[in-house]
Amino acid sequence: MIPVTYYIALSAVLFTLGALGVLIRRNALIIFMSVELMLNAGNLAFVAFTRLYEVLNGQIFVFFVMTVAAAEVAVGLALIVAIFRTKHSIDVDQMSSLKG
Amino acid sequence: MSVDLILFLVLALVAVATALGMLLSRNSIYSALFLVLNFATVAVFYLLLGAPFIALSQVSVYAGAIMVLFLFVIMLLGAERLPDPKVLPWQRPLAAILALILVAETTYLLFVRKMAAGGINRPLEAFGSPQAIGTTLFNEYMLPFEVTSVLLLVAMVGAIVLTKKEKGEQD
Repeated sequence: MIPVTYYIALSAVLFTLGALGVLIRRNALIIFMSVELMLNAGNLAFVAFTRLYEVLNGQIFVFFVMTVAAAEVAVGLALIVAIFRTKHSIDVDQMSSLKG
Repeated sequence: MSVDLILFLVLALVAVATALGMLLSRNSIYSALFLVLNFATVAVFYLLLGAPFIALSQVSVYAGAIMVLFLFVIMLLGAERLPDPKVLPWQRPLAAILALILVAETTYLLFVRKMAAGGINRPLEAFGSPQAIGTTLFNEYMLPFEVTSVLLLVAMVGAIVLTKKEKGEQD
């Protein structure tokens, strides 16, 4: 028997790594992947609690999170492609045109 | 130590190692492949937690569709190897400190305050099966499910509009 705490702790560690990725990387694609990692960590916590309380609603939520993640990735990658076309870079530090 | 616990520990190690590999790779392609491996291990966790439907959706939607899209864009942009840009000097230490604080907080909540107690046994029969998921999804969550289709349509139209060339625009 595995305590549910272990799963939640793993989920927290994965979430932290994702957050760390958003903070330290400057490549927009890697930042995007880190966001996916964080969403995934949230999903893991959802499924662990679903198993603990034995209600299915958590798994349905994971299903919806996956759909939203797919939509987000489609639009986000389109944005990255559009930005790359105009600025020829996907370094997030370069996207400071509004500063004048 | 039971077999379940050993399996959990090995998989957790793989998951954390691949997440770190994703963070630290200089090459975006390697990052994406590490992330695919990470998603696959999380799918095995879902199987251990008795969620076979979610596990297979994870493999097909995340590791399949989403990561293929990522790889496609990385190769389209030719952004495999970006030169290491200048980073702010205080940025990395500060990020590491903030991450440590986040881990400390969650550890405190989980292990000191004992927010979540209880254990996970072997999965029950038919819990989380596609049939059970489908029954719940189409009875209690019918409207959100339909709204999801609109969301996907909007995302599809949005992606096409964003990447479409303007009329008369030369590349």
